[in-house]
Amino acid sequence: MTTDPGPTPTIVLVGHGMVGQRFLEALAERGLTATHRVVVLCEEPRPAYDRVQLTSYFSGRTPEDLSMTDPAFIAEHGIELRVGDPAVTVDRDARTVTARSGLVVGYDVLVLATGSYPFVPPVPGKDAEGCFVYRTIEDLLAIEAYAKTATTGAVVGGGLLGLEAAGALKGLGLTSHIVEFAPRLMPVQVDEGGGAALLRTIEDMGLSVHTGVGTQEIVVDDASGAVTGMKLSDGSELATDLVVFSAGVRPRDQLARDCGLAVGERGGISVDEQCRTVTDERVFAIGECALAADGRVYGLVAPGYEQAETAAATIASDEASFTGADLSTKLKLLGVDVASFGDAHGTAENCLDVVYSDSRAGLYKKLVIGRDGTLLGGILVGDAEAYGTLRAFTGSVPPVSPESLVLPAGSGAPAQLGPSALPDDAVICSCHNVTKGTIRGAVTEHSCTTVPEVKKCTKAGTGCGSCVKVLGQLVTAELEASGVEVDKGLCGCFAQTREELYEIVLALRITSYWELLDRHGREDARGGDGCEVCKPAVGSIIASLAPSIGASGYVLDGEQAALQDTNDHFLANLQKNGSYSVVPRIPGGEIAPEKLIVIGEIARDFGLYTKITGGQRIDMFGARVEQLPVIWARLVDAGFESGHAYGKSLRTVKSCVGQTWCRYGVQDSVRMAIDLELRYRGLRSPHKLKSAVSGCARECAEAQSKDFGVIATSNGWNLYVGGNGGATPRHADLLAQDLSDAELVRLIDRFLMFYIRTADKLERTSTWLERVPGGLDHVRDVVVHDSLGICDELESLMRAHVSHYRDEWAETINDPEKLARFVSFVNAPDTPDPVVGFVPERDQIKPDLPLLDIGLRRPSRDDLLEGSTRR
Amino acid sequence: MTLAPETTDLKVLLRLTDDWFTACDLGALLPGRGVAALLPDGGQVALFRDRGGELYAIDNRDPFTGAAVLSRGLTGTHRGRPFVASPLLKQRFDLATGVCLDDEAVRVATYEVKAA
Ligand code: SRM
Ligand SMILES: Cc1cc2nc3c(=O)[nH]c(=O)nc-3n(C[C@H](O)[C@H](O)[C@H](O)COP(=O)(O)OP(=O)(O)OC[C@H]3O[C@@H](n4cnc5c(N)ncnc54)[C@H](O)[C@@H]3O)c2cc1C
Ligand code: SF4
Ligand code: FES
Repeated sequence: MTTDPGPTPTIVLVGHGMVGQRFLEALAERGLTATHRVVVLCEEPRPAYDRVQLTSYFSGRTPEDLSMTDPAFIAEHGIELRVGDPAVTVDRDARTVTARSGLVVGYDVLVLATGSYPFVPPVPGKDAEGCFVYRTIEDLLAIEAYAKTATTGAVVGGGLLGLEAAGALKGLGLTSHIVEFAPRLMPVQVDEGGGAALLRTIEDMGLSVHTGVGTQEIVVDDASGAVTGMKLSDGSELATDLVVFSAGVRPRDQLARDCGLAVGERGGISVDEQCRTVTDERVFAIGECALAADGRVYGLVAPGYEQAETAAATIASDEASFTGADLSTKLKLLGVDVASFGDAHGTAENCLDVVYSDSRAGLYKKLVIGRDGTLLGGILVGDAEAYGTLRAFTGSVPPVSPESLVLPAGSGAPAQLGPSALPDDAVICSCHNVTKGTIRGAVTEHSCTTVPEVKKCTKAGTGCGSCVKVLGQLVTAELEASGVEVDKGLCGCFAQTREELYEIVLALRITSYWELLDRHGREDARGGDGCEVCKPAVGSIIASLAPSIGASGYVLDGEQAALQDTNDHFLANLQKNGSYSVVPRIPGGEIAPEKLIVIGEIARDFGLYTKITGGQRIDMFGARVEQLPVIWARLVDAGFESGHAYGKSLRTVKSCVGQTWCRYGVQDSVRMAIDLELRYRGLRSPHKLKSAVSGCARECAEAQSKDFGVIATSNGWNLYVGGNGGATPRHADLLAQDLSDAELVRLIDRFLMFYIRTADKLERTSTWLERVPGGLDHVRDVVVHDSLGICDELESLMRAHVSHYRDEWAETINDPEKLARFVSFVNAPDTPDPVVGFVPERDQIKPDLPLLDIGLRRPSRDDLLEGSTRR
Repeated sequence: MTLAPETTDLKVLLRLTDDWFTACDLGALLPGRGVAALLPDGGQVALFRDRGGELYAIDNRDPFTGAAVLSRGLTGTHRGRPFVASPLLKQRFDLATGVCLDDEAVRVATYEVKAA
């Protein structure tokens, strides 16, 4: 039954999907169907149909409605379409394809358009009755039939297709769940903010969404062999009668592999810019099965169509090439508009985001803007009205401000705005009531080019200082928008970033700030005295690396003492009247009564104001500088050590009471919190580090608001990173799940050292995670998968820190020379500073600062609330 | 090794209205850090020594908060001028002239100072 390549050359197409059909149309348009014999092997029982619209089957479209194949077209062009007869083997030497029916077709040109298959994660029970995938009309018919006997359905995968499938299940009358391993829905298309808006809308539709959990097992009823539920990685179990896997697709390249065609590392038939396989010039691959010349496999239909055109043109000896495609998409999922276009995730260097989000209304809009104002891409969730215009502007500087394109008309200041999206009348500095417009004006009209200049010009940032970060972003954005090259250096003394200085200090083992300044500082800063910005930053770098570069691990040693901010210099927190506060470490918040009594006695004896802090420990305020050593001598004696409340270093590891007492606890969270606090105590970092450990998913320790937070699971620990309270709260992201104690500690070691190494000065892990290119995924690659090969080094740096830790206060009170510094007056060591005064309040004391309180508004008597304790 | 890099017995002297007042040993001044000294009239002075050995003396009182803390700030050089940044709200003060670099309307007193 062999058909020889006759006098007319033969084109064989394997796969009659969307791209295959487009290829046939392109052949016809070029007249190739007249000069060639065209044979199509089609695996499915029906010719090409509109897969993109698959779900519309559930809203009443029939398989016939979905068809993309006009029988007249096939007949007219003499195409031999063999439905339900897939290709089984290819013999490239003999140039033949064998179909399942036994038919052998000779070819001059072979085109593979075999598409993808749905990936099913290798979980136990995945083949049970009631498990489905979502790719073909046959899949839909099977789901529809099975759903008649079911009440609940679950979809594994919260991507684009997963959401469609979940919507379909809901349409079939099932209670529907979506289980997504990533921390958000549609992780590929949208970012975190977009995911949040989407989540809200989808939950409002009555679908249950479980993010950040994996599917571990499909639970099967032994008797019937049918699905009854699934086990999730957080230890919970979900009852369900039906499971649809929608965990991504993989290129169908088996046929190609079997005949020796080159395929990519992660699959896909390797082709060149003409869509010709790199292995064999007579074989082409197009659509989802092809690994394009730009190294990508495109999972969208538009790039596939372009490839179909390219292959047909090449066969006709026309010039054409496929060098890559735009991944822009606009979809309507479950009635929600979702669009992403251009560089949606902001991967270009130095790009900035303009974000508008209103999760209440399920709206999220993000634009990615280049440093010169070029619109690079964006994400729209909930309202994709502007998609067309925005896409059109991609690659150019839009004529109107990008903000105005995404902000709802006439709006005030919506929640969660990035600073560049704020309207001009938004107040940036609340201390001095300075608006964004005024700050921008300082740059554009008063030609300020630095933050200090803008501060001076507008007073913004000269109060509590909490707005300085936003101020810096605004000034930078404004300067960049006007085309000024912005100096990324740490300060006026160093042209390097903090990260670069870290690398210099580590590589050259520089233990002296002066040496670093004189050798690596800016020309005009060398030999000078540096400044208050770089001194503590470099001091912190040297302190974090001390054991590894051979510096003293004691921050008051030698020259290091001159680099420390006043708090670190006196190992206590300076208060507004010049007195200090004292915070002993209370690891995990666990404290025995005897120790509580000691704290009480000390506070009483020195007349200190005491307060329980937000970090599960006790702060004693109002100590004079000369009292600090005496207070600490008593604390150290009672077994306390420094709590580093003054340092940019580990603060507290909060804990909940956990398994030991709590009826819900699944692990000993207190023990873990204590272990972690003792491990990382004293670690100097770009900003303070906070942590917490919760004993179960109820999360009483608020671990998800911490730089690194740990939540117990029945199998171990989940590690969350990048959380923050403070001025710009951020929920932490899940980094890894179900870790053993050792795995947890190792990951945190790596994470912290990688952060310390690459963060900017005073950049919390939250802002760092948002800033580093690639974000969480990159950090996960580095610290979990060791993609940079630096994990050994990170771990050994941490080991060095841990093994060299010594309590700074114990060291200080045993060093008479250091103790000599703890005086108010160098020439009158016994005289207390007379400016430090106190007055009584609510049975304790408070600072008395009668004079000079300029600039700060004091409440008048009338402002006091009825019943206020101040009256 | 830190506090007394030199074994001289030089003193830091401060010019008050008509006399030189001995504030402390030169060795008590760590380059890049300050100390406070109590004046006979109960006032306070912040003394600094820069890397090059130059001495400076300004009023210790931070005019923005009223606290006597300028001696505890970090020092540096800005465009060739020596300064101290207040440890409370970080305003910079020119050590030679006492002028606040962030708000020229504000100034702290300065003193003539020498080592002898
Ligand atoms: C004492 C305490 C308030 C209290 O009475 O409870 C406190 C007091 C101060 N906080 Fe705080 N924070 C305290 C818990 C918190 C918390 C809650 C927590 O840790 O669970 C937060 C939000 C969580 C977070 O950090 O993500 C918090 C967010 C901040 C921030 C904003 C940080 C941010 O990333 O936005 C600052 C400003 C900064 O660090 O730049 C700050 C700064 C400060 C400073 C250091 C301001 C200063 O320079 O004087 C205060 C020092 C007081 C002192 O002298 O001891 N404090 N601060 C708490 C001490 C906890 C401890 O035991 O160490
Ligand atoms: C539910 C759903 C919604 C989608 N929504 C969108 C959307 O909104 N936008 C978008 O751009 N894309 C969407 N897609 C993706 C889009 O459908 C694909 O990108 C497109 O179908 C790819 O075309 P293709 O021809 O490469 O592969 P397919 O359409 O998969 O066709 C390949 C065909 O080859 C057949 N085949 C495989 N092996 C053999 C063999 N050995 N012999 C013979 N035949 C074989 C297969 O059976 C199949 O029929 C969606 C996909 C699904 C499933
Ligand atoms: S987080 Fe869980 S274990 Fe810990 S106290 Fe709360 S409920 Fe109990
Ligand atoms: S808000 Fe700007 S200084 Fe406080």
